[in-house]
Amino acid sequence: MATGIRDKVAILGMGCSKFGERWDRNAEDLMVEAFEECLQDAGVERNQIEAAWFGTAIEEQHVGKSGVPLAMTLRLPYIPVTRVENYCATGTEAFRGAVYAVASGAVDIALALGVEKLKDTGYGGLPQRGRGGLNNMYWANISAPGSFAQLAAAYRAKHRVDPKDLKRAMAHISVKSHDNGSLNPKAHLRNKITEDDVMNAPMIADPLGLYDCCGVSDGSACAIVTTPDIARGLGKKDLVSVKAVQLAVSNGQEVQFGEWDGSYFATTRVAAGRAYKEAGIADPRKRISMFDVHDCFSVTELVTMEDLGISQEGKAIGDVLDGFYDASGKIPCQIDGGLKCFGHPIGASGLRMIYEMYLQLNGRAGERQRPDPVLGMTHNLGGFPSQNVSAITIVGRHGA
Amino acid sequence: MTNDSGILSYGAYLPRRRLQRKSIAAANSWFAPGLRGLAKGERAMANWDEDAVTMAVEAARDCLAGLPSPGVEQLILASTTHPYDDRQNSAIVANAIHLPSSLRVLDVTGSQRAGTSALIGALDGSGRSLLTAAEHRLAKAGSPQEMHFGDGAAALLVGSGKPIARLIGSHSETVDFVHQFRSSERAHDYAWEERWIRDEGYLKIVPAALAALFKATGVAPAAVTQFCLPCTLPRVVPGVAKRAGIAESAVRDNLAAVCGDTGAAHPLLMLAHALAQAKAGDLIAVAAFGQGCDALLFEVTEAIAALPARGGVDAALARRKEESNYLRFLAFNDHIMLERGMRAEADKGTPLTTLFRNRDMITGLIGGRCRNCGTLQYPRGRYCVNPKCNALDSQDDQAFSDTRAKVMSYTGDVLTYSADPPAYYGMIEFDGGGRMMADFTDFDEGKVEVGLPMRMMFRIKEHDAARGFVRYFWKAAPI
Repeated sequence: MATGIRDKVAILGMGCSKFGERWDRNAEDLMVEAFEECLQDAGVERNQIEAAWFGTAIEEQHVGKSGVPLAMTLRLPYIPVTRVENYCATGTEAFRGAVYAVASGAVDIALALGVEKLKDTGYGGLPQRGRGGLNNMYWANISAPGSFAQLAAAYRAKHRVDPKDLKRAMAHISVKSHDNGSLNPKAHLRNKITEDDVMNAPMIADPLGLYDCCGVSDGSACAIVTTPDIARGLGKKDLVSVKAVQLAVSNGQEVQFGEWDGSYFATTRVAAGRAYKEAGIADPRKRISMFDVHDCFSVTELVTMEDLGISQEGKAIGDVLDGFYDASGKIPCQIDGGLKCFGHPIGASGLRMIYEMYLQLNGRAGERQRPDPVLGMTHNLGGFPSQNVSAITIVGRHGA
Repeated sequence: MTNDSGILSYGAYLPRRRLQRKSIAAANSWFAPGLRGLAKGERAMANWDEDAVTMAVEAARDCLAGLPSPGVEQLILASTTHPYDDRQNSAIVANAIHLPSSLRVLDVTGSQRAGTSALIGALDGSGRSLLTAAEHRLAKAGSPQEMHFGDGAAALLVGSGKPIARLIGSHSETVDFVHQFRSSERAHDYAWEERWIRDEGYLKIVPAALAALFKATGVAPAAVTQFCLPCTLPRVVPGVAKRAGIAESAVRDNLAAVCGDTGAAHPLLMLAHALAQAKAGDLIAVAAFGQGCDALLFEVTEAIAALPARGGVDAALARRKEESNYLRFLAFNDHIMLERGMRAEADKGTPLTTLFRNRDMITGLIGGRCRNCGTLQYPRGRYCVNPKCNALDSQDDQAFSDTRAKVMSYTGDVLTYSADPPAYYGMIEFDGGGRMMADFTDFDEGKVEVGLPMRMMFRIKEHDAARGFVRYFWKAAPI
């Protein structure tokens, strides 16, 4: 009988590059930037790493395919390197590979590194990429904001919400994330904004304006994981361990079958339920100390708070406007600034979210530090509302 | 021709946008002040995702509406603006409207008479033919043609059955009178002086053809109740009627004010319009001019009252949106070097192997209906999508093209590339089940809402400019 991975794997070290328009840096430079910080933090040598998972999604923009770019760049000693891609959940997928390798007992120390160099396209927004020969023939010609904007239309219709009220709550989400990001030296966007800025910004995909959309950035993040025993043997105290990593992947029911209504993420509800079970959490609204969720767009964050079971269905607008998810609120969300301020270098984002949880749990989050956090949860989503990959990670104090 | 054969049904299609001629004149009269005199009314203007093939499909669907087993044995597409010179355009239409592969198809072109000549051939031949005629006409900016032309399509089902109109006779004159031409290496027509076209062309060649028709059929010209002759020159049609002995009251409006001249499709469009208003016993004469003249004479039968209701020309005219942005018209027709942005540079190549394997799914919008649980689904997977079923290879063909749908979610997107931003698209749910993430077309910006009823229309999905390939698919349009 499977027992899950709760407390079987500890985070030995993490690293995160500065995110932003890194015009003067290659993807390889960003990988090294995150890796150097991670190695120092972990207190191990690169030759102690026994296996690695490398996450990158739009590889044709930068490093190309396979695990080779990671092994070449970091000069890894002929170890297994697995390149993973799972839409925008790629970073968490890399983490999951490393965690599972350690939990299985196959290796003692494993590396997960994610990177994306998005700003080499010549235009704003995510790079365009093919969806496959047949898909191109019948799918609507969608962009990322356009696919997520539809959440708002379906949510409004289902819950009979005035478009202005929803837009105001979405604006509050972006304002809150910029407030948080302004305190984070590694964030891409560090400016504060107002709700009126958001409400009046140019339209991208109705009803998402410019400030409802996350940034587009270059960046890398990584983690070195091991067993709690080995971590202690290396002199680590106050361990941060992995409580749960769960993934749910759409199988066509949302996009082809009759039950889903377009206003939520069916996958996130499933993955969150499994993650809470794996982590032994019965009442997440009481027990989770903080979140970093996949706020690719403001409306994504809003509906995700319901899908994670924190806000009641149809009630997220109230929680958001009440400040429940603000830095000063009951459960801060995007305490590091989120995708909104970090941008979304796809392969890196999932690991960047875990990095903030890790910093907070270690009391190393500087001006953003929360008092005494115990459990941090990340939600890393790839794809479209109608077909996606939803990845949930819960990390926390070892034994908590 | 037997007593039980003739025209069995008709259909029509016009693009929804109507370009205001005063907008054309306002933009061009600095250079061509003569255009001011033509600046009346409006012309049908193809959307960026329409061409002769897509319009023929819509006219064919209108023509076959309410006919459960039309028994089409031949499909013809007459046009001088076929999108393909070598790829059977009518075969695309056939696939889109789910005609079986055991079918004759024919593309007829080369003259403004292509539609009428094809009609004479279809009426002459054996078996049932679905004749479509469609044009997406190009004209140089500031030319009189730009004012006169319109885009549109008509369709006629002809052959044995219960004809709504019987052919009494036809006559063709072939004279190499070149009033205009377009060589295969040119995009636009080159026209000679209108006074010569009127005096030596229409007023001599058409009356001669009609005279031969009336002589051969023994019908008195004065008995004609409807006379259809496309012509954009002023006062020509009444002049022809007078010379031919047809009553002035029989001369039908050529739709110049509301639609423009749709070229090879126009005589059939006018005929479809006449049939929609005809009663048993009416005599309809149709003539078309172009390197000679085709003339046809029909007698409307009692069966016309029993033909199921269809949209026809009136519904096509009523489905209308005024367009006063002349630059949009130029851009849709690729007549200006528009900065389309880097997102327009994406490779739009079509793997022909993939397209062929999936031609029913793509061109026919055919998905599946599970024999096991009844679930409708698009596209069809090997396993049924119903999680309580998941049966393997359990689905029969289910066409969604004629199924109404409702908007589940939508957006208007200015980031993604569109030839007419914002791109509207969203999830639609078909009545009875099945859903898809569909591009929308012919929508009004700001008027799309969750729950809005939609119907599917056959449109251009991508223009692959690098290879000259046009890829078609279905889009959802507000009803």
